[in-house]
Amino acid sequence: MWSRIVSRLFTSLVVAWASVTATFLALHALPGRIQDILAGDVEYPGLREAIAAEWGLDRSLPEQYVEFLSRILRGDFGTSYVLRQPVIEVVGSQLLPTVELALTAGVLAIVIAGFIALLTAGRGRFSRELTSFVELVFASTPVFWLGILLLMAFSFNLRWFPVSGAEGWNSLVLPAITLALPTAGLLTQVLREAMEKTLDQPFVTTVRSRGVGELVIRWRHVLRHALLPAVTLGGWLIGGLLGGAVITEKVFGRPGLGTVTLGAVLTHDVPVVLTVVLLAAFIHVAASTLLDILYVLIDPRLRAQ
Amino acid sequence: MTAPSHRSFDTAVPLEAPQDLVGFEASHSLAAIAVRRRLPFGLVLSFVFVAFLIAASIAPSLFTHFDPLVGDFSEGLKPPGWAHLFGTDRLGRDVFARTVFGTRYSLLIGFGGVAVGLGAGIVLGIIAGQRNRILDEAVSRLFDMLSSFPGVLLAMLIVTFLGQGMLNIAIAVGIAGIPKFGRVVRAQTQLIRDADYVTQAAIYGLSRWQVFIRHVLPNVLVAIPIIATVYIGSTILIVSGLSFLGLGPQPPTPEWGVMLAESRDVLRVAWWPGVFPGLAITATVIAFSVIGNHLQQRFEGRLA
Amino acid sequence: MSSVGSQIDRAAPVVEVQGLSIGFAGANGGKPIVVDFDLTIRPGECVALVGESGSGKSITARSLLNLAGDGAKTAVHRFEIKGRDARSFGEADWRKLRGTVTGLVMQDALVSLDPLRTIGQEVAEVISSHRILTDAGAIRDRTLQTLGKVGIPNPADRALQYAHQLSGGLRQRALIASAIAADPDLIIADEPTTSLDVTVQAQVLQVLAERIREGAGLLLISHDLAVVAGIADRVIVMRDGRVVDSGPTRDVLTHPRHPYTRQLIAAIPSGRSRGSRLASARFEPGASDATAVSIVREPLPQRQAAGEVVLEVKEISKSFIAPKAAGRAKSVVLQDISFDVRAAEVVGIVGESGSGKSTCAKVVLGLLDPDDGEVTLLGEPWSSVAEAGRRRLRRKLQYIPQDALSSFDPRYRVRNIIAENLPGADGRIARLDRIVSLLELVGLSADHLDRVPRSLSGGQRQRVSIARALAAEPAIIVCDEPVSALDICIQAQVLDLLAELQSRLGTALLFISHDLGVIEHLCDRVLVFQNGRIVEQGGAEAVLRQPQHAYTKSLLASVPDIQRGLSAA
Repeated sequence: MWSRIVSRLFTSLVVAWASVTATFLALHALPGRIQDILAGDVEYPGLREAIAAEWGLDRSLPEQYVEFLSRILRGDFGTSYVLRQPVIEVVGSQLLPTVELALTAGVLAIVIAGFIALLTAGRGRFSRELTSFVELVFASTPVFWLGILLLMAFSFNLRWFPVSGAEGWNSLVLPAITLALPTAGLLTQVLREAMEKTLDQPFVTTVRSRGVGELVIRWRHVLRHALLPAVTLGGWLIGGLLGGAVITEKVFGRPGLGTVTLGAVLTHDVPVVLTVVLLAAFIHVAASTLLDILYVLIDPRLRAQ
Repeated sequence: MTAPSHRSFDTAVPLEAPQDLVGFEASHSLAAIAVRRRLPFGLVLSFVFVAFLIAASIAPSLFTHFDPLVGDFSEGLKPPGWAHLFGTDRLGRDVFARTVFGTRYSLLIGFGGVAVGLGAGIVLGIIAGQRNRILDEAVSRLFDMLSSFPGVLLAMLIVTFLGQGMLNIAIAVGIAGIPKFGRVVRAQTQLIRDADYVTQAAIYGLSRWQVFIRHVLPNVLVAIPIIATVYIGSTILIVSGLSFLGLGPQPPTPEWGVMLAESRDVLRVAWWPGVFPGLAITATVIAFSVIGNHLQQRFEGRLA
Repeated sequence: MSSVGSQIDRAAPVVEVQGLSIGFAGANGGKPIVVDFDLTIRPGECVALVGESGSGKSITARSLLNLAGDGAKTAVHRFEIKGRDARSFGEADWRKLRGTVTGLVMQDALVSLDPLRTIGQEVAEVISSHRILTDAGAIRDRTLQTLGKVGIPNPADRALQYAHQLSGGLRQRALIASAIAADPDLIIADEPTTSLDVTVQAQVLQVLAERIREGAGLLLISHDLAVVAGIADRVIVMRDGRVVDSGPTRDVLTHPRHPYTRQLIAAIPSGRSRGSRLASARFEPGASDATAVSIVREPLPQRQAAGEVVLEVKEISKSFIAPKAAGRAKSVVLQDISFDVRAAEVVGIVGESGSGKSTCAKVVLGLLDPDDGEVTLLGEPWSSVAEAGRRRLRRKLQYIPQDALSSFDPRYRVRNIIAENLPGADGRIARLDRIVSLLELVGLSADHLDRVPRSLSGGQRQRVSIARALAAEPAIIVCDEPVSALDICIQAQVLDLLAELQSRLGTALLFISHDLGVIEHLCDRVLVFQNGRIVEQGGAEAVLRQPQHAYTKSLLASVPDIQRGLSAA
């Protein structure tokens, strides 16, 4: 088992390294001079020279690569020339509201999905058809449209929640629900299908033959089996939450990484976009690795004799 | 001992039933299958809707006589009614017409993105699915690397480099989708590679290449349309999300995501520009998902 | 036996069922799939429910626990469990009953026990669920005690292990332990030993027999009449959802009345059926009522005399190295295997799981290369050349696998499957004629040409598999458990077909099976495999009637046999 965990950690380092390298290569593979790409939409005298100096563009490619790697390792992501600030500051200041949103929505989605899956898996035909239809609808709803609908209903008409901003937990409610629901839709589908597949297994018949109640069966036996495919999804889930947070922030006018990144895209502020993307990638790799290790811990069949 | 009690029936004993007797031993799962089968009604509805979508993409003027790009200012922000089925937007453009004309963008970019992702994914997936451990590891790490970037953010990065527009977000979505398709194709290739009819094919005198061409490749490719259909829905969601953010087609193009972005300004006073395009997206994704799920179930067992 | 017998008679029945019908809405056109089933089991009695797949035996057993599944509609005249009327039971009543009054043991503990929970947890569940004991220490003691009762050594260690960590026999015992932990009065065992090796099967049946001696009632479901003969007091034979025969075991098996029961008994291959068709039996009444009916069968065509050596296997060895994760252990799968097969001869390989017979088959087929030794086919080097060099001779060595369906490309129809193995490039019409004649040879017809294998029955698929093998006109066919997955009546037909074709065409067969009866029925010579070595070989009758090696003797002793089972009762 430990060898499996160690090799998984090694793999994740390889993947993280590969992401950094890919971005480096993408940067240098584009047509045009790096200085122009990095400068974006900004123009002022001495800018190109400053960029060249900062990024060591006069050195050979391998040297630049090593420099690039070591800067990333040190946490130095360069300067945003558009905003005239170190990128770390730009990103760091906006990180918290986005993480808040993604985390809240994620937890909400998991709780909803778990609850519904536990209650409806394997029950009568009608409830199953109904829930699976509702799941399908939510999983198919674009997150920005859901946000618009909720905004209309609860902010404009009922005035329960503020329309925009990030003040207090009040402004977190609608965005979190908006992000949570489509995620919950997908998660419930996966969980419920996994549970129903498990409920058809022979060992569940054996458990029933011991006189154990249906709810206890689901909680004590089936849930663990169903978690396995859900855990596999976990990494994707995090990625989806981060991406979805970006969109949700635009809908609700909520400050955060989404707004920053979007602005950076539109002004061609490459260093900022690069940093956000790399950061997201690192979070994703870390989360997937943790989840894969969790998978090995849950399933005793994967442990060596 | 009680007397033997025989109860025998004089029934003829036929040789063998032509159809496999559905194992009553598996009856509990037989019942489960009967219960789990999707209502064919939903499937038919989905097919009809997709046919309509394709028609609307090719010949939208069949469905509306309004011009999606030109509006009558005096007719601005009229609620849905007989004259304008979905109402009009701020510039007096008929929302129904814009929704119908917008179909082709979502479908085109969605299909385009799937094509890019599938094309690269198939090649990489088949390579990874061979019995070569090194190739498999290398390609799988490539998939891991690509999928570690959240789809939306990766698309944003690509758009930063390439600029905005339909083609670019199709490429971006395609690249983001390579790991998705690649992994499924890889799993399918491995499933078939380990199947008995492949491992035993040497007995019939087939060379490795012949086995690949005659047995492995066709059975892998069989899965492709199914995979494509299953993932088209989520691709359209990402595409419209990127358009919503302003990274795709620009106004006044009647793309659904763009329309929703524009609608945010008038939400306080008009609900219809913000509801119908979103409804269109949701309905499209649902329809493709239903069809994709149905195909998956029919081919269950042959798909990884 | 008689005093115990009358004791059984006097006790009140554990379960009594009259006129049970089970149907599923939407299946079988709304008609019930089990009709008019009766059952009485008394404490200390074993009743066996016998039938082939599709007979309804499993669903009937499950409905005794009301576990027939969602959508099952049950109708019954009388249904009493320990004197209580079960027809009025609600789900809560059933739950109280299950585990405490009844216990269920199914096939294959690997999937019948929760793979994510330890053995100890599974055994303890019935105790803690019904709050029979609440103190953790008391529950643990009871768990270990139960594991000891079923004969699991080191129960304290085993209780912490998972099902996949135990051997087949041990985990089946653990499954039984989890069913009897609360001392139920009725045990229902649904094919409890079917996936086990013969020697292990005997031990597990012993465990069940002990429970009967302690006073439990046992409902044993099986397709194997020999197993039933050794343990059951009464037998019920089911077919297509109906009871066709029932009575004391001895009577039903030695004086079978119903044609179906007779067919079942006659279909069992053994030394006595050697040289005759299994599916053609006719029953003659015994000389007196006391003697069993005798089975008269039609003879098979005379076998051709053995000719030149077709396949020669010399000192083959093969070992596998486990992957790094499992510690790189080297396991020797085959060691110094030597034998030969002559033209028109049927050589059998018999052994339990892990004996190396499948690996041997793969080496012979050229799908695996041996580490040492050599295989020669028709005098030409086979294992020592690369695959490209073997291709010329491939036609001469063909294969009939156990799982026909997965050996067919799912996109192919019957005609493509067979056509793939036809020689040369004859014209289309000539090829089609050849395919049809092959189909007729195996008992199918041109109607089956365009069928998809998934739509064929198990026996039909195996026939297509045989036709495909014959299409290449081979000198020798390797048959790897070709009938093990088939019902006994179908098995009989396919064995007859194989025997007849073999005799007529003079094809050599290397026939691998775990079933000693099939080997004795079909083979001229037999090789006994144990742990990768051949421990004994020789003429089939000689080896199997007068075994020399200890292992062969113990193997033969463990094989259930109707006569032996009845005389032991």
